[in-house]
Amino acid sequence: MSENATSEEIIICQDVCKWFGEFQALKDCSLRVRAQEVVVIIGPSGSGKSTFIRCINRLEEHQAGDIIVDGIPLTRDVRNIEQIRSETGMVFQQFNLFPHLTVLENITLAPIQVRKMHKDEAHETAMALLNRVGIPEQADKHPGQLSGGQQQRVAIARSLAMSPKIMLFDEPTSALDPEMIKEVLDVMQELAETGMTMLVVTHEMGFAREVADRIVFMDAGEIMEVGTPEHFFTNAQHERTKLFLSQIL
Amino acid sequence: MTTAADTSLDRSVMPPSERRTLLGWMRRNLFSDLLNSALTVVAAAVVFLVALLLLRWALTTAQWGVIPANFNLIMRGQYPAEEAWRLWLALYLLGGVIGLMWRLISGKFSTAALIVFLIPLALREVPLFSWMTRFHLLVVAGAGAGAFYLGAYLPIQRSVRAAVYVLLGYLVVMLVILRGYSGDAGPMPTVTTILWGGLLLSLLLAFFGITLSFPLGVALALGRQSKLPAIRIISVTYIEFIRGVPLISLLFMGQVMLQLFLPDGFPLVDRVLRALVAIILFSAAYTAENVRGGLQSISRGQYEAAQALGLSTYRTTMHIILPQALRAVIPVLVGQFISLFKDTTLVALVGLFDLLGIARTITANPDWLGTQQEVFVVVALLFWIFSYTMSYASRRIEQRLGVGER
Ligand SMILES: Nc1ncnc2c1ncn2[C@@H]1O[C@H](COP(=O)(O)OP(=O)(O)O)[C@@H](O)[C@H]1O
Ligand SMILES: [Mg+2]
Repeated sequence: MSENATSEEIIICQDVCKWFGEFQALKDCSLRVRAQEVVVIIGPSGSGKSTFIRCINRLEEHQAGDIIVDGIPLTRDVRNIEQIRSETGMVFQQFNLFPHLTVLENITLAPIQVRKMHKDEAHETAMALLNRVGIPEQADKHPGQLSGGQQQRVAIARSLAMSPKIMLFDEPTSALDPEMIKEVLDVMQELAETGMTMLVVTHEMGFAREVADRIVFMDAGEIMEVGTPEHFFTNAQHERTKLFLSQIL
Repeated sequence: MTTAADTSLDRSVMPPSERRTLLGWMRRNLFSDLLNSALTVVAAAVVFLVALLLLRWALTTAQWGVIPANFNLIMRGQYPAEEAWRLWLALYLLGGVIGLMWRLISGKFSTAALIVFLIPLALREVPLFSWMTRFHLLVVAGAGAGAFYLGAYLPIQRSVRAAVYVLLGYLVVMLVILRGYSGDAGPMPTVTTILWGGLLLSLLLAFFGITLSFPLGVALALGRQSKLPAIRIISVTYIEFIRGVPLISLLFMGQVMLQLFLPDGFPLVDRVLRALVAIILFSAAYTAENVRGGLQSISRGQYEAAQALGLSTYRTTMHIILPQALRAVIPVLVGQFISLFKDTTLVALVGLFDLLGIARTITANPDWLGTQQEVFVVVALLFWIFSYTMSYASRRIEQRLGVGER
C-alpha cells in the first residue's frame, strides 16, 4: 500500500520545450518525480533551472511537450491551471511576501480566498504553521520588519497553508545572509522528512547530499544527468557535470 | 567595573547634544554665511512689507460689510431659506457618518479624530455666526461623537469595506435630502439643482467628482493593463482623448452636446448634473494615469506569488495589487483631487453659481460696487482652508500607512 503510494509519479514532464522569442531556454526536458520524493536541481546560472520549475505551475508557459501534475494535464484550460496551482506551493528567491499585509494575513489570505476556509480556522492553521517554522511571535508584524531568513520561513508557511502536495523551491537561500541560510534549510529538511514532494533549485550541496533522493544537473536548457547524490559525488558521468561540481564544491 | 563600562557605553551611544535654542537655530539656518544672511534680510523685509500692506488694507480700507450681508449667498447660493434646515440635516448626518466611518476604519479615538471632532466646535467661534448656526454646529459635533461611540455596539464587522458602504449610502440619502422628493409641497419639496450654489455647490461638485471619478479612474487604469486588446484600446483612447482636452471645453460640451449622446425624448438632464458628469469624466482620466504609475511600481514577484497561491486575477488585483498601488500614489491622488476642487470654479463660466460664480454676481451687484477685493479674498481663503485640510489629511494618512511597509 505505502509502496504503491510512494511509487506513484506525481510530476511527469515529457520532452518539455520552451522558447523566449528565438532563444530556446528548455530543450526536450523529461523528468518523472514520485510522490514524497525530494529532487534537487543544480546547474550553472542561465541553464534554465528556474524556467523549468516555473513551467510546472504555469508561471511560464511551455510550448512543446507534456506536463502532468498529480494526474492533471497542464493545458491552456484555466481550471486545470488553477487546480494545479492550488496543489503546488512555490517559494521564491526574493520571498515575494505581500508587504502591505501582516505575516498572519500573508498566510491566511489564500486559504480564506481560494479554499473558502473560515477566518478562525485559517488563523489557527497559520499559527500552527508559524510554530512549525519557528516564528510564532512575528505573526502581527509586517514582512519589512523581519530578517531575510524569517521572511523566507514566512513564505514557506504561506505556501504550506494551502496544503499543497508538491513544493517548488527556486533558490530559496540565495538572497540570504550566510548566517540565515541554515534556519531556512532546517525548515526545508523537516518538510522533506514529513514526506512532502519537493523540487528544489539550489546551490547548497550539503543540503543536496543529505536530503535529496535524486539530483538533476541542467546545462544550456537540457537535463544532462539525473542520479542519486552518491552517484553525483562519486562517479558523475558527463564532463560538464564534473566541471560544474568541481567549481562549486 | 561593569557599571563604569556601562556608563561609558551609554555616553558613547548618545548623540552629541544639539542646541535647541531659537538663536542657535537661526544662526545655523538663516545666518550661516554672508549670502545667506543677505537673502534672509531681504526676504524678511519683503514679507514684512507685504504683510503690513495687507493688514493695513484689511483693518482700514476694506469694507467687510459685504460678507455678512451676503453670507447666505456665499454659503448656499439661491437655496431657499425655508428649506435651509435640510442642509443642516445633511450636515448632522455627515457628522454621524464620519464618526461611524472612523469607528469602522480605525476603531481608536486618536489625536486626528479629536481634531476632526473639534472642527465644528471651532467653527462656532466664528463671530459672524448666529446662535442658531452655533447650535447646529454643536449637533454636528455631537452626532459625530455619538456615532463613533455607538458604532462600537453595532453588529457590523470593522472594515474599510463597511465604511465605504456607509459613505455610499450617505451620498444617496444626502442627495434625496437636498433635492427633495415630494414635488411642490409636502415635507421635502423639490429644490432644483440650479438653485444650489456658493460653497455648497463647490463642495458638492468636488465631493461627488472625487468619489465617482475615483472608481472609474481605477477601472480605466486596470483596463489599460488588460490582456484583452478591446478593453485596452478603449481605455487608452479614452484617457488620451480626455487628457488632450481642457476641462472648460468638456463643460461646454456637457451643456450643449450631451443631448446628442442621449436617446431621443430623453428628459433634459439638469445643468448641474451635466457639469458634474464633465468633471467626473475629466478627473477619471487623470486618476487613471496616476494609478497606472502605482501599478507599475508593483514588482512582477507580487503577481507571481499570488498566482502561485492559486489566487484568481480578480482576487490578485483586489487584495494584492491595488492596495499597494493606491498606497504608493496617495500623495499624487490627493494633489489631483485638490486641483479638481479648485477646477470646479470653471463651472462659473457655464453659468452655474458656485463659490466663484456667486462672488461674481455679488461684486456685479450695484449695492456692492467696489467690494471685489474683499469678496475674492474671502473666496480664496475658503478654497485655501479646504485644500489645505485635504493635503494635511493626506500627509497624516501616508504617515499611518507607511508604518511597517517594506
Ligand atoms: N522572461 C524571459 N525573457 C527572456 N529570456 C529569459 C526570460 N527568463 C529567462 N530567460 C532566459 O532563459 C535562460 C534560462 O533562465 P533561468 O531559467 O532563469 O536560468 P537559471 O534559473 O538556471 O539561472 C537564461 O538564458 C535567461 O536569460
Ligand atoms: Mg534561477
